[in-house]
Amino acid sequence: MTGAVAEATFDIGALAEGDELPPLDLPAIDRVQLALFAGASGDHNPIHLDDERARAGGLPGAIAHGMLNMAFLGRLLTQRFPQRTILGMGGRFAALAFPGDSITCRARVKTVDREAGRLGLDIVAENQDGRAIITGWATIALPARA
Amino acid sequence: MLDKGYVGKEYPSFTVEVEKGRLRFFAKAIGETDPVYFDEDAAAAKGFRGIPAPPTFPFTIAMDANQPFMVLEDMGVDITRSMHGDQSFSYHGDICAGDVITGRQRIVDIFDKKGGALNFIVTETTLDNQDGERVCDLRTVIIVRGEGGGQ
Repeated sequence: MTGAVAEATFDIGALAEGDELPPLDLPAIDRVQLALFAGASGDHNPIHLDDERARAGGLPGAIAHGMLNMAFLGRLLTQRFPQRTILGMGGRFAALAFPGDSITCRARVKTVDREAGRLGLDIVAENQDGRAIITGWATIALPARA
Repeated sequence: MLDKGYVGKEYPSFTVEVEKGRLRFFAKAIGETDPVYFDEDAAAAKGFRGIPAPPTFPFTIAMDANQPFMVLEDMGVDITRSMHGDQSFSYHGDICAGDVITGRQRIVDIFDKKGGALNFIVTETTLDNQDGERVCDLRTVIIVRGEGGGQ
């Protein structure tokens, strides 16, 4: 049985290959959030804050920090799994996100290895048009079997 | 085209203190709502010795030490022509408020695509805590657009 896992029945130990975790829908990214993230993350690259300097760098305008969208994927994971059980995560910045974009984070179970106690996830952050902004992966340690 | 002679270069180690207020600021900026990332009692209830760093915060530790930009400056790249291409983390232990993290970054690969229109710099960074324990490994790919290019 694979498919979307309902909020109420989410159980790490019962996850099977193909299962989709409940998604994380984010409010639209605005420029205040980009300014806050620039300060909080230490990434002061002007391409995230200043349209003119972004255009001078060959971009259509200011773009969201890739690491902001990856942080959203981190939130999706820590919402569902104790942070200590996250063994690794990563992803490719596949497309640009701009102020006004609304990101949805999704995760699908790719592999379940009960022997090794490992769950492999495909994770994706996509925009309001369903376009992948980040395509990535995560590895989760499964709870020990009783 | 970037100088492939930089492959293998290791940069001096850096040290960053993980500050409680900074972690709260980061959590707020990413829209986090879980009290474990704001409140010490909630963190303690989950077994953390302090407010924990969210999973992608290790990149900010490297950023605080100017590590990604330092590589670009070292190679003479205009940062407005650079973009983050890929990022991964391997976690080995908690990073919590009050920790003092020592990192080391090295360049592991440089390559180009589309006849030099896109250049890729791959770095690996290790993070160790104040007890000398490895807490995180980062792998970073920075893309540098050639002159006149860009998407």
